[in-house]
Amino acid sequence: MTSIGERLARKEDPRLLRGLGRFGDDQDRPGQLWMRVVRSPLAHGRLVSISKPEGAHVITAEDVPPGVRIPVRLKVQGIDLDDHLQPVLAADEVRYVGEPVAVVLADDPYEAEDLAELVQVDIEELPVTVDTADGTQAAEFELGYGDVEAAFGEAGHVVRIEFEVGRHSAVPLEPRALLADVDPASGALQIFGMTKVPVFNRDVLATMLGIDENLIHVHAMDAGGGFGVRGEFYPEDFLVPWLAWTLRRPVKWVEDRAEHLVAVNHSRQQKHVISAAFDNEGTLLGLKDDVLHDNGAYARTHGIIVPELTLAMLPGPYRVPAFHGRVRVMLTNKTPCGTYRAPGRFEGTSVREQLLDVAADQLGIDRVELRRKNLLTADELPHTRAMSTLGTDVVLDSGDYPGLLDKAMVEADRLGYLSRLESLRAQGHAAGLGVAMFLEKSGLGPQETADVTVSTSGAVRVHSGGTSLGQGIETILAQVTADALDIDPAVVTVINGDTVLQPFGGGSWASRSTVVGGSAVHRAAVAVRERAVRMASRMLEVAEEDLEIKAGMIGVRGAPGSSVSYADVAKACRPGSPYLGPDEPAGLTARRRFEVEHMTYPYGVHVALVDVDTGTGHVEVLRYLVAYEVGRAINPTLVEGQLLGGVAQGVGGALLEEFRYDEAGQPQAVTFMDYLMPTAAEVPRIDVLVAQDAPAPGNPLGVKGAGEGGLTAAGAVIAGAIRDALGLTGSVGRLPMTAERVRGLIEEGT
Amino acid sequence: MKDIHLIALTVNGEEHEIVVESRRTLADVLRHDLGYTGTHIGCEHGICGACTVLLDGQPVRACLVFGVQADGCDVRTVEGLSDGEELSDLQKAFSRCHGLQCGFCTPGFLMLSEAYLSEQDGVPDEAQVREVMASNICRCTGYQGIVEAVRQVAEERAG
Ligand code: FES
Ligand code: FES
Repeated sequence: MTSIGERLARKEDPRLLRGLGRFGDDQDRPGQLWMRVVRSPLAHGRLVSISKPEGAHVITAEDVPPGVRIPVRLKVQGIDLDDHLQPVLAADEVRYVGEPVAVVLADDPYEAEDLAELVQVDIEELPVTVDTADGTQAAEFELGYGDVEAAFGEAGHVVRIEFEVGRHSAVPLEPRALLADVDPASGALQIFGMTKVPVFNRDVLATMLGIDENLIHVHAMDAGGGFGVRGEFYPEDFLVPWLAWTLRRPVKWVEDRAEHLVAVNHSRQQKHVISAAFDNEGTLLGLKDDVLHDNGAYARTHGIIVPELTLAMLPGPYRVPAFHGRVRVMLTNKTPCGTYRAPGRFEGTSVREQLLDVAADQLGIDRVELRRKNLLTADELPHTRAMSTLGTDVVLDSGDYPGLLDKAMVEADRLGYLSRLESLRAQGHAAGLGVAMFLEKSGLGPQETADVTVSTSGAVRVHSGGTSLGQGIETILAQVTADALDIDPAVVTVINGDTVLQPFGGGSWASRSTVVGGSAVHRAAVAVRERAVRMASRMLEVAEEDLEIKAGMIGVRGAPGSSVSYADVAKACRPGSPYLGPDEPAGLTARRRFEVEHMTYPYGVHVALVDVDTGTGHVEVLRYLVAYEVGRAINPTLVEGQLLGGVAQGVGGALLEEFRYDEAGQPQAVTFMDYLMPTAAEVPRIDVLVAQDAPAPGNPLGVKGAGEGGLTAAGAVIAGAIRDALGLTGSVGRLPMTAERVRGLIEEGT
Repeated sequence: MKDIHLIALTVNGEEHEIVVESRRTLADVLRHDLGYTGTHIGCEHGICGACTVLLDGQPVRACLVFGVQADGCDVRTVEGLSDGEELSDLQKAFSRCHGLQCGFCTPGFLMLSEAYLSEQDGVPDEAQVREVMASNICRCTGYQGIVEAVRQVAEERAG
């Protein structure tokens, strides 16, 4: 009986459908204090004074331990960002609108909000930097390989474009929320609402508070979407637990949407100048990219990994003999940035694929043909690029890139994309087709740890280090466990992200939960299975080789009737059991670690058909196909779900979503009336083709992460489709392609 | 001085009497005073629809309604959809069609759909369902499963 590959109904669904999920704001404690953050109303200035309303409990930078700053979680390229870290409360200077300057505590959230409004913050204004190019350079680095100058020197054609990606972000539907409380019995700080990397966050907090990490218990919770931003360590992740710890009172904080839009990591804002060198046949000889990355006011937990990933993944699935990328990371008076689903890849893929579209026209080669010609072939894999990202070498592990491109084009044609395009054009519509190919990455190590335990009832518990962010990881890990133990997944319960139950978890990010977390669970379950067979051989007095497992029963091969269940074995593992050896630990349980050095690289193709209203500039996405290679789909429905959701976010990033600022650094998108996310009316029915042709060689399940590929090429394919629809010779130049921008392009007629 | 009122309302058939401040939203009354935490708050300004509940049968944004406005009213929330153990046809369809991921928007979409389906005579086509579902925001699913679930239930109910 295998559970892998089944479209099993999600374990998370029954509680969520009944409204019984446990989200950040779903719990209260008697006597809790509500925290409200007072945020800077100005983009840049010297903090002169903060006047506290009469009788209000207000905490400012003076009250917090000195020097507490948000640390960088992922240090790369050996670059020190210590001078640019964010304090938990601004002390002397404010650097963006929304920066926390004080917090107010009250018994009631309405009251806390009232009091926060009465706090007077006196700020002496300083010059504001909004444009990336005018910012302060926080870092500069280069990445690449091969002789790029020579490649451009001998090129028959050089194609160059400039391309900008607008600032937008994840905007999960649930705002952040935290509850912290000190348990009087254990003396431990209980935290509800930390997700993504709970063990890392626990350790950071322990260091900041100067307490043992085992005095902090981060609990498993549901979370209303993560997408990279939720669960990173923000100022509030220090303030709430610190207040609960020092005041010995439960403290609760719930962010409102206006705060969320200025407080939580923004992402994506980059400007590229990219060129490609081709020979006369259209073969790529080299690629050069110069990137200006806007990181907002500070470096937060992600440090500079977004720009690093941008460059490292820029060559994508193509055969690029020489590559050189340079990035300058600029600080401006805007909300600090971090990762958002497909970080660096959404940006890089948009730019590179637009470049290829322009190149195809200039070279007079069909754009699909140009791609096919330059894709690495199956025989060329594994392919090592002499550069690293996230501290690991880039080794493209397995796949058939041209094969997937062909499959996607055949599928799009079969589904009528091409005939629809023709008929729309025949009717005089400005319709266009976009095709974009991309490489993703997933399964970042270095490790994940999992525990699998069988109880005496036969129920199985899995304690994993990932967190449930809506991706269905409980279901996936239950399937992996059930598969290894040969049991019904219904008896498996998965607990994610509880730092006591799993103190060594790496968390859920970088599409790693199924790949790395799943592999750790697989190992632990296999170890439990082996132990069960060992115990059963003692119980049944037969050799291990003569035993087999079928549907949860361990029995003698060829002798039906003489068998024991996992529950029987679990009973035989209890202390005092005659089957247990003298030094053997009690319990049918195993903890295992999965370590991995290299990532695994999924890849995909997006095809989109758009119709542009040349009068209004409105772009309608009529059809959208995602073809994606995942190695092996543990649950195809969930893989498809990840892709569909990614496309919707991608359509938003390509057409609608942008955090704009005025010259004074005032954010222009602070409600859902100005930050426009796609609804069911803007997202078309999406066609999905999940390929399982190239299992990942580096993990026992053969899986590649599915979390990001629905989004990666959305900007690229929609930009390409609009370019096609308008018959442009150059690049569309910028995302998002708002109606205003599209009208501009039509007027320019470039 | 707080401006407080005693109100009475029925939630999922159960009667409640509580004292609320006049400015307290129905969403907060349901979530924090009465413990119906299935009603979610995603924006507090009436756009996302995560807080959608039925007020005397009509879908409303509970973040835009004050608790005092629900005095004497009949409220239905997501907790009232299933019949004990058994999920409703709509809840089952959401699961079957993968119409939820994080589940944060789900209570709002369920209540919106519940009201929509109860007003339907015939079976709506996909475009009609999409248009109504466009009242709420989901950041996870891309809407496909939600639209499909609602369409399927409309078909089932029409027989
Ligand atoms: S919370 Fe009420 S509409 Fe968003
Ligand atoms: S399922 Fe997460 S917002 Fe809809």
